[in-house]
Amino acid sequence: MKKVKIRYRVNSNGTSSIRLNYFHGYQIVDGKRKAKRTIKTLPFHLITKPKSSNEQKLNDSRIKQAHKIAEDWEKSLKSHKNYIKNQTLRNKEIFKIDSKVPEGAVPNKWTNHKGKINLVSPANKRLIDVIVVGTGLAGASASATLAELGYNVKTFCFQDSPRRAHSIAAQGGINAAKNYQGDGDSTYRLYYDTIKGGDYRSREANVHRLAEVSTNIIDQCVAQGVPFARDYGGLLDNRSFGGVLVSRTFYAKGQTGQQLLLGAYSSMNRQIGRGKIKMYNRHEMMDIVIVDGKARGIITRNLINGKIERHGAHAVVIASGGYGNVFFLSTNAMGSNVSAGWKIHKKGAYFANPCFTQIHPTCIPVSGDHQSKLTLMSESLRNDGRIWVPKNIEDAKAIREGKLKPTKISEENRDYYLERRYPAFGNLVPRDVASRAAKERCDAGFGVNKTGEAVYLDFASSIIRYGKEQAHIKGLDENDAVLVRKLGQDVVKAKYGNLFQMYEKIVDQNPYETPMMIYPAVHYTMGGVWVDYNLMTSIPGCYAIGEANFSDHGANRLVASALMQGLADGYFVLPYTIGDYLSDDIRTGPINTQIPEFEKAEATVKSQLEAFVSNSGSHSVDYYHRKLGKIMWDKCGMSRNEKELRIAIKQIKELREDFYKNVNVPGRVDEFNEQLAKAGRVADFLELGELFAKDALERTESCGGHFREESQTSEGEALRDDENFTFVSAWEYKGAPSKAKLHKEQLKYEDIEVKTRSYK
Amino acid sequence: MNLTLKIWRQANSNTKGKIETYQISEVSPDMSFLEMMDVLNEELIEKGIDPVAFDHDCREGICGMCSMFINGEAHGPDRLVTTCQLHMRKFKDGDTITIEPFRARAFPVIKDLTVDRSSFDRIQQAGGFVSVNTSGNTQDANAIPIDKKDADKAFDAATCIGCGACVATCKNASAMLFVSAKVSQYALLPQGKVEATDRVLNMVNQMDEEGFGNCTNTGACEIECPKGISLENIARMNREYLFASLKG
Amino acid sequence: MLLTFYALILLYKLKFMTLISSSIGRKLIMALSGLFLIVFLTQHFAINITSVFSKALFNEISHFMGNNPLVQFVFQPILILGVMLHFTMGFILELKNWTSREVKYKSYKGILNAPWVSRNMILSGLVVLSFLGLHMYDFWIPEMDYKYVEVLPLDPDRYFEELVHKFESPLRVGLYALSFIFLSLHLYHGFASSFQSVGFNNKYSKSIKSIATVFSIIVPIGFVFIAFFHFLK
Repeated sequence: MKKVKIRYRVNSNGTSSIRLNYFHGYQIVDGKRKAKRTIKTLPFHLITKPKSSNEQKLNDSRIKQAHKIAEDWEKSLKSHKNYIKNQTLRNKEIFKIDSKVPEGAVPNKWTNHKGKINLVSPANKRLIDVIVVGTGLAGASASATLAELGYNVKTFCFQDSPRRAHSIAAQGGINAAKNYQGDGDSTYRLYYDTIKGGDYRSREANVHRLAEVSTNIIDQCVAQGVPFARDYGGLLDNRSFGGVLVSRTFYAKGQTGQQLLLGAYSSMNRQIGRGKIKMYNRHEMMDIVIVDGKARGIITRNLINGKIERHGAHAVVIASGGYGNVFFLSTNAMGSNVSAGWKIHKKGAYFANPCFTQIHPTCIPVSGDHQSKLTLMSESLRNDGRIWVPKNIEDAKAIREGKLKPTKISEENRDYYLERRYPAFGNLVPRDVASRAAKERCDAGFGVNKTGEAVYLDFASSIIRYGKEQAHIKGLDENDAVLVRKLGQDVVKAKYGNLFQMYEKIVDQNPYETPMMIYPAVHYTMGGVWVDYNLMTSIPGCYAIGEANFSDHGANRLVASALMQGLADGYFVLPYTIGDYLSDDIRTGPINTQIPEFEKAEATVKSQLEAFVSNSGSHSVDYYHRKLGKIMWDKCGMSRNEKELRIAIKQIKELREDFYKNVNVPGRVDEFNEQLAKAGRVADFLELGELFAKDALERTESCGGHFREESQTSEGEALRDDENFTFVSAWEYKGAPSKAKLHKEQLKYEDIEVKTRSYK
Repeated sequence: MNLTLKIWRQANSNTKGKIETYQISEVSPDMSFLEMMDVLNEELIEKGIDPVAFDHDCREGICGMCSMFINGEAHGPDRLVTTCQLHMRKFKDGDTITIEPFRARAFPVIKDLTVDRSSFDRIQQAGGFVSVNTSGNTQDANAIPIDKKDADKAFDAATCIGCGACVATCKNASAMLFVSAKVSQYALLPQGKVEATDRVLNMVNQMDEEGFGNCTNTGACEIECPKGISLENIARMNREYLFASLKG
Repeated sequence: MLLTFYALILLYKLKFMTLISSSIGRKLIMALSGLFLIVFLTQHFAINITSVFSKALFNEISHFMGNNPLVQFVFQPILILGVMLHFTMGFILELKNWTSREVKYKSYKGILNAPWVSRNMILSGLVVLSFLGLHMYDFWIPEMDYKYVEVLPLDPDRYFEELVHKFESPLRVGLYALSFIFLSLHLYHGFASSFQSVGFNNKYSKSIKSIATVFSIIVPIGFVFIAFFHFLK
């Protein structure tokens, strides 16, 4: 029997929509038996009463198409039948994870919660120490705020100054539901956009809280002296980004992250000056120490002299950012790593949704094997650039060999594949769609740079369009090609001058004359350490904030929301919620670091470091990191399938074993030793990578940044499986990544209706 | 490209350093300078030589961590770039490149090309902030309109990445451009004006204590600054300092 | 005058120690004393140039300057103080700057980002200072000797002859010219730069820079011209 059926529904405007109806059993709702269905509305209509033979023909072809889609869906379902069957069986044993979301209606939860949680009195805060690891937006803002409240804060960063954290590189802006533009923005709308953007894989209550405090962030930053862009009236300016209907993004040119981080850093400086924060630069967290089930301190390595140190505290906050560098090449900083998050995972913190990674479509392509990192070009470029590859594979080949120039390829021989596939959104389709489409073309052999992994982003037609507009406005000759070109270039320069300049510096080509080359790159990781509503991990007293936790972005992050989440966690959420836990610790007194738990942790760290430097291997640390990156990118990158993921798991495991056998780490432990620091980080990536692949394998649906080839429509669009996967995968460490145990936190949507994303 | 590299090697802050010469071949002009250094280090590790330590992180010119003095110039021969944004196409096949750490008494060498710039942090801790506590009740962000010109100037000053190229390049190892950028940012904004007097006095005082040299207005810092921070900021700080002294 | 007044008020208002111990205070001293010396230089030049066209006028002004009690007992000490302040502070700053970079660069290409003159003020300053020594030896010491040691009778007409007499030796004229080349270099950077030091950098700065450049060329050339004029005559 066919499970997918086609249904038609007459609309009021003379068209009929086509729906695919996938029936999968019955369930009991409110005591009644109801059919369980997944309904998919196809992105084209029938004409209800065809008037001409042409219209009739169109209808016929569309019905045919609908049948084809239904059939494909049916097929994809069957090939997965067994897997899903097992899945459903396993779903029945869902481990109850307590996310501690407070009672009440979603919009009131945070206010109620704040009113009820325990507080620590000012006099007692002096008796409590808090460790913060990482000084990006989340870590810096949390350190400063906790110190302002009166806690004794010890903050750690591996860079030479807290200001270097990679939040500094964020370009676009920060969202806030201020509605200064009066265009109908509200807390609800921001909340809704974030949930929807996250493809319905984030926790409602957390996201609502994020939207609520977003406005406070802007107030706070302005009060700190953050120079946001302003209009001529002296008020704050906003811009909009693709995908949302309002202008709610606050920005400071292309350096918003820098300005916000320096703001938080300045607040930290004030507290360092007052002695409330003790800052440890060039210190790397090596492990967490757990005493009687509670996080009570960390072991660090002083990167200057290699000294291993013990630091005790009543709570530990991990704000160490994302793990995009597991791909080796990413837009993350060279030092960005997962180690702090991974170390706490190995001591009991669940790691959530590791496979949710965001791949940014407009980065500068890899130029060769020497490449160490990728540079992001702002998303805004897609507003005016048209993306294409040659239509003929011979042309692509000739371009790669340097025999043909892109400007010599005529219009009809170009394939504007985004405009072709997504006529409605064209070049402005969401990040994941644009990225996958680029990969698809390059895999098919149409890539345009030496490595065959690049597509063109062409401004020629925008330049001419703007030029003609300007000529018209200025009353000049619109047919003078040279003049039009010049005028158009000026407009483009005013809009994207700094980006074009950056591109020219890196690639050494003039993007005004020849099309830019772009390729997708790993950019942000939505997954991270699992936290409850209070941002506490599954280790009591250990918190995770910012990109390091998994919380607010679901399966896909909206543009300009990362900065918002980091600062919300650090300024306005953690400082409240941590008090609830610490209120039990007012009589604990200083944490003694001369106890067996600390000794043991220190000894383990030391022996691992010694093992690295005494290993007489033959390959450098980077050799392994590159190899890992290649496996991750090829098999766990933009699109994933069961076969490749299984191979990836095997290969990563082998690579890890080889790493421990054959890695060559020069120098000593007790000195400044970059290679040693790197070795520790790569060792953790080698474990995380495996869990990443395992998680991707487990999640057989496609959603957000995670695309499973088995779960797609006939047109190659992502197909979500809300029935089986509306949950957070929280992995518990059981001695090895392969043995990790999956816990599922069921996501309930009480406030927002779950819908399909569509951009056709 | 084949290159000869003359690199400053110094095991730690207590030892004396010296220039060592290395040959490197097959350098692609598309490499960034730091990627060339990565290749060199891979080769050194293979040969059993201690790799060259250098600071770097974001590799897109914004974190301010990379810090080499290349062929007599901070961040090398290109303008408005950091070392990580400098590409090897700026050099010719057969060139000899001298690479030294940023040198100043206030920037002691940690190892090889890595220096300690925590003096910059301490200057900021002396007053580079607005004393406002975090609270959900700060006044609305639009309560005080700010002249766009001032806001833009404040932003331009605030783009400083704290790399220390100004100090490294100044013949006097003066930190005036760095300090003045921060002082200017706050002096131009109403939020920062409240504490302006104490801020400039304390920050300049700390700057002097750290052992930076004096400004002699050569203007080299402005030229070598990867973010193009203007000398106007130094003038503004001088002014602020004088008025603050008169007031205090 | 006004500048001196400004400087004195500042000295009074500022805690003097802060002023001479802070880097910006020292810059201020350099700038104000420098500007004051520029005013003096202008006045000196204005008097000297009269020797080219009127012996009588030159003698008259010189006599006034040499015997007016206000000039002699108020302005002259201020001038001496100004000169001493300028070069002592210059030395102190240079010393501090020298020690701000203990290990020097093996390769340092200052010329790529700053003009030679701005980086070598100490050199041009030293040449000018040595010249000042010579100048004192030539004019000021005999003058003091004449007036206050030997207490010779007033002679309102002696100045012009003394001047001409000094410019008879080609060696001296050569040294004189050379020194003024260095003074020109010193002024070229110092004049405009002093405005930056007192915090004046705005839309007028470009004009000030041009005026300063013209000044730093014209005035030293003028002095050299006077020397050659008398030497050749």
